[in-house]
Amino acid sequence: MLQAVKSANPGHGDEPWVGRSIERVEDAALLSGRGRFIDDLGVAPGTLHATILRSPHAHADILSIDAEAAKRLPGVAAVLTGADVKAVTTSLVVGVKAPVECWPIAMDRVRYVGEPVAVVVATDRARAEDAAELINVEYRPRGAVVDPLGAIAAGAPVLHDGFPGNLASDRSFRYGDPEKAFADAPHRFSIDIRYPRNSCTPIETYGVVASHDAGEDAYEVLANFQGPFSIHTVIARALKVPGNRLRLRTPPDSGGSFGVKQGVFPYIVLIAAAARITGRPVKWIEDRLEHLTASVSATNRATTLAAAVAADGKILALDWDQVEDCGAHLRAPEPATLYRMHGNLTGAYDISHVKVRNRVVVTNKTPTGLNRGFGGPQVYFALERLVHRIAIGLDLDPLDVIRRNLIGAGAFPYRTATGALLDSGNYQEAVARAVEQGRLAELKAKRDEARAEGRLYGIGFTAVVEPSVSNMGYITTVLTAAERRKAGPKNGAQATATVGLDPVGSVTVHVASVPQGQGHRTVLSQVVADVFGLEPKDIRVNTEIDTAKDAWSIASGNYASRFAAAVAGTAKIAAERVADRVARIAASQLNVEAADIVFAKGFVASKHNPENRIAFSRVAALSHWSPGSLPDDAGQTIRETAFWTPPELTPPDDDDRINSSLCHGFIFDFCGVEIDPTTLETRIDRYVTMHDCGTILHPGMVNGQIRGGFAQALGAALLEEYGYAEDGSFLTGTLADYLLPTTTEVPEPEIFHMETPSPFTPLGAKGVGEGNCMSTPVCLANAVADALGVADITLPLVPARLAELVRGAEPPPPAGAAVAPVREGDRRLRGEGQATVKGAPEQVWAMLLDPATLQSVIPGCQRVDKVTDRHFRADVTLGIGPVTGRYRADVELFDLDPPRAVTLRGGATGALGFGSAEGRITLAPDGNGGTKLTYSYDASIGGKVASIGGRLLDGATRVIIGQFFTALARKAGGGGAEGGGFSLFALLAKMASLFGGRR
Amino acid sequence: MKPPAFDYLRAGSISDVVEGLAQQGGDARVLAGGQSLMAMLNMRLAKPKLLIDIMRIKELRQIERKNDAVVIGAGVRQADLLAWPDLAEALPLVALALPWVGHVQTRSRGTICGSLAHADPSAEMPLALVALGGEVLLRNARRRRRVAAKDFFAGMMLTARADDELIEGISLPVIKGSRVAFREVARRHGDFAIVACAAMKTPNGVRLAVGGVADVPTARDWPRLEGSALDDALNAFAYELGARDDVHATARYRRDLVRMIGRDLIREVLQ
Amino acid sequence: MTRLKADRRHAVRFSLNGKPVEAEAEPRMLLSDFLRHQLGATGTHVGCEHGVCGACTVVVDGMLTRSCLTLAAQVDGCELKTVEGIAPSADRLGVLQQAFRRNHALQCGFCTAGILMSLDHYLGKNPNPTEAEIRDLLSGHICRCTGYTPIIQAALDAAAELTSKKETSDA
Repeated sequence: MLQAVKSANPGHGDEPWVGRSIERVEDAALLSGRGRFIDDLGVAPGTLHATILRSPHAHADILSIDAEAAKRLPGVAAVLTGADVKAVTTSLVVGVKAPVECWPIAMDRVRYVGEPVAVVVATDRARAEDAAELINVEYRPRGAVVDPLGAIAAGAPVLHDGFPGNLASDRSFRYGDPEKAFADAPHRFSIDIRYPRNSCTPIETYGVVASHDAGEDAYEVLANFQGPFSIHTVIARALKVPGNRLRLRTPPDSGGSFGVKQGVFPYIVLIAAAARITGRPVKWIEDRLEHLTASVSATNRATTLAAAVAADGKILALDWDQVEDCGAHLRAPEPATLYRMHGNLTGAYDISHVKVRNRVVVTNKTPTGLNRGFGGPQVYFALERLVHRIAIGLDLDPLDVIRRNLIGAGAFPYRTATGALLDSGNYQEAVARAVEQGRLAELKAKRDEARAEGRLYGIGFTAVVEPSVSNMGYITTVLTAAERRKAGPKNGAQATATVGLDPVGSVTVHVASVPQGQGHRTVLSQVVADVFGLEPKDIRVNTEIDTAKDAWSIASGNYASRFAAAVAGTAKIAAERVADRVARIAASQLNVEAADIVFAKGFVASKHNPENRIAFSRVAALSHWSPGSLPDDAGQTIRETAFWTPPELTPPDDDDRINSSLCHGFIFDFCGVEIDPTTLETRIDRYVTMHDCGTILHPGMVNGQIRGGFAQALGAALLEEYGYAEDGSFLTGTLADYLLPTTTEVPEPEIFHMETPSPFTPLGAKGVGEGNCMSTPVCLANAVADALGVADITLPLVPARLAELVRGAEPPPPAGAAVAPVREGDRRLRGEGQATVKGAPEQVWAMLLDPATLQSVIPGCQRVDKVTDRHFRADVTLGIGPVTGRYRADVELFDLDPPRAVTLRGGATGALGFGSAEGRITLAPDGNGGTKLTYSYDASIGGKVASIGGRLLDGATRVIIGQFFTALARKAGGGGAEGGGFSLFALLAKMASLFGGRR
Repeated sequence: MKPPAFDYLRAGSISDVVEGLAQQGGDARVLAGGQSLMAMLNMRLAKPKLLIDIMRIKELRQIERKNDAVVIGAGVRQADLLAWPDLAEALPLVALALPWVGHVQTRSRGTICGSLAHADPSAEMPLALVALGGEVLLRNARRRRRVAAKDFFAGMMLTARADDELIEGISLPVIKGSRVAFREVARRHGDFAIVACAAMKTPNGVRLAVGGVADVPTARDWPRLEGSALDDALNAFAYELGARDDVHATARYRRDLVRMIGRDLIREVLQ
Repeated sequence: MTRLKADRRHAVRFSLNGKPVEAEAEPRMLLSDFLRHQLGATGTHVGCEHGVCGACTVVVDGMLTRSCLTLAAQVDGCELKTVEGIAPSADRLGVLQQAFRRNHALQCGFCTAGILMSLDHYLGKNPNPTEAEIRDLLSGHICRCTGYTPIIQAALDAAAELTSKKETSDA
């Protein structure tokens, strides 16, 4: 199954270390339980632990927060609410020009499920969670909107006054003459797509340890943050300190990120504020429920893409209309997801005319941020689905349409219509090799054979340009040229690396690349070993970052696949500078010219006379021991820090052309899939992926990136979606509902390589980490569309959705059969029923309005308060099976028509969630002295239980309602002076509470 | 995500358990393999005041063959039953269904009876119990009783067990010479079923039991059916189960699977 | 019968990788937290605390165990094995660990401890697994970095090596 890994440590001669799959220096510790992840590290004695109380509502005003009981709990040091945080911080900056604030904790309004509402700080996490349950927050729900197009429709609930109609940005761009191209073209094809929300969900969650020195008003923070360190400025500003008073450090190991750990930064602000307020170090480790609900996700996007097409399939122009959903707040660096691909909106194709409209909207969902692929999956899903549709529309082979449009091999460096400068490549050759090596002909024969047998088999293709090394200025494309002039230029991407020689001549490397599992330390040891003629084991690499001591820039960090292209190259530059000086020193020692010096096998030697040599460590140590004996021009060799930024990364020009990334790899994928006719499950038969990522530094790691990206993309294509109900309830809050691929779903992709070095990077390398997240989802979708012969495919490829596409009318239910009520799309639960109660309607009516009888009637009721004659409040503890929770229920009576009918409206809230319900009850004499009671209800449920137990909600609710009425009728049937026992209040309290609790 | 505070009772005997349950009633929970309960505790969905750990009670760890039945104690882990040498011969349906329960790492701790007590309608063991027409053996401080499978499951996560009762074990009938079949569709391997079907040839015809659709696993007996009569019966059954939409599947999809897999399995066992 | 009160810490003793250990825990303390924060055995990681991701998998009395779904109190008196106990010595990796390193079967390494425990346990009992068996075993773990196939390859490599070593030593 797995392609052979090249022998890890072959006996070697003089060939360089770079390019070999050496074993990773990181692994011994990680394989023995000696990794040092943030939660593995000790903390200062007396460190407190935080937990975060989060909003169960997608959109609501906070009327009050009562934390008194929580504060009284032993072990609790503080409970912070928005007001407390506001007193010591300021709003996070927002990425577009608008009068909008963005706080790490809700101020007086919540805008997504999971938004922080209070931070509890206690001696340990369990106690903090005990206390959080005692906090009573009163909300007034508002209407919520979760759909990006719905958010900009007239009458939609508005999240921020500063974003009129929820529109945070609306920019139109025009390159070439798209109108003419469309007018002249014989064909026009168009596609509407919705790219879903998903996330790469690292297995290690966020972690922050913060302390505050009140004397210097300085913060020290350890967090598994991944960069970009432009965010450091955002955090410092929010904490109201200059950058030099925010010391941000990262732990030695980080348990995966894929972009996601950029999103820890609002929590850095929050936990730092908690440290300041309590005067103690505070630690917070996010739990998985928090992570899924409220950490960060990729953007979902609604796109309409049209192409003007010639008869032969040549695409003449594109017209993009993208509506980007950034969730409830536009957090830095958003709306970067939308603009990261701006230079690449023509993909791998030579298309001169492009029209773009980019809108950014806010919705009542978790704010978005970095995620592997960052904008690529959204763009390529539209573009490559469209190419597939063009082929079908023109009756052409999809591969021919791809080939016809590829940028010519002789055109590099190639400037795209929207401004990207594609550095190098030979796309035709890559496609040809993939077709041959990947045995496309065989796959086609297989498809023919399968189809002849009536099986559902399809083939999909994708060609993708994978950008890497982001231009820090691309995000300013969201501003107009005039706004940019006013704001000053932003561009480039400063990479840093430091190489040091210690007094025994051993080599240390430090970079600010913040690896999260990518093996940077190993690759850097290879790169630097080659420069010094040493072995990788001689080089010790440190990748922790400490902003107070290390060289870094806003571009530092682990994102945009910048390591191989930028950081490794910068380390090479730093090492070469040191080597240059070492060579001069050695030259004077060996009495040769510096130009005659070579580094090999641990020695510095004369090229002409290799016997004339000196141990590297000996020369290297001289700067420490005998600086006076060095040649005058040599300088020190103790430490060299190199900074490198590529000149190609210029700011957007006045026509909004932007070279958004430095490097552009090429990927060509194809695959065969088979769909099970019964279950509609997609099985990947073969997946072929051809990569040209320039010079390969470590083949094993490059393949590792490809396999890992492929698996995450497979998840995005087949399984993963952050599900929201129309009311903003989050529906996939556990790993039992947010489905990640496992060993039984992921096959081995067939990986092929071609190496066209980048002329723009020191090592010729390009990024490779994100490409399959861009190519694979759409490649699989194209294959499934081919298998099923359908035009519209939505991700993820959930079997039940595919069934809707391909299955005709359902066999009707047998005549007279009772059919279960259909759950409404808005997740409201509706139902009705009746019961017969002893006692005349007047009697029943009186009991309904008598709170004194309520307590004995409502199961689990601790107390009932009568707020007004028609408004009651009760504390109720309820359980289904093991699931128990305490709720506060409010019920009001309306439309009283004694003794015939009444409407009840109410809600219940508790730690597990909330429910609201409205019911109409009518009473009528049953002719036997009793009362026929008819009820109908309409309820909705949200909060924690909605997120983590969605599967169980409906059934449980129905059971409870059924039980309630059975018990009610029985109780009323028992009669007795005090016991007529039926209570509307009880009904609604029970209903509402249980709706709240039993999801 | 840490559990709320509770007392922990390491029971040494069944009487420790039933006395603890008698004292604490609904505020006590029996802890066996913990694969469902502990997750609910971590999420604070459950807040018992007392956990009673029954896994040190040797007499609950038995798998006993008694005449025409197999009695499985409350402490028998799923992995124990899978490794029981007589499983395929005595309980072929369980042998087919059990590998679908969770993963190796959860079956190693999770118990058969714990899965029944949790009463998730998508779980495989409740389906097997209903399909086989087994019984649940309940016991409190005063008495023992046996509840038939169809009466045991009262709804989503609800059972006929009273707060003071321990599920001491279950009894599954050994049905000699019966042909059985099992199939499950889930989003991923090891997930709770979207639809799970078990079919069994009966003396007069066939039984089909379906999990994952209704609030409780549901079995239906038919005489030997074929052709459109079978299709009609399955269609009626599919609708009666009251399928609903959720994030993983639609009601229609579930009904389709009941119709299609039901037909396949019935044909398989009637062959 | 032992009843541990909710609001107190109680001594928990067991054998960890062959050595007796003891520390205090409230009844509600999870085994994963006890190992990591009371005993300092931080090699076992916590990824989901609801039994799905598998990062916290350890072996208790010969049973694969999600330590996040287990109370420290439950394992009193038991024998535990964790990732810290699978190498022959602190400076040497075992066969399985070496196979992981050779096959690039880990990237961030966060989920790796749990996967190693499952494999270490399984290969001890099933020396000649098929790829399908390994895939079934490891479906109880989530890895977000590797795409799994290098892990499966490492497992098969390790099995082959362990078998051939055994044959050699038996001979």
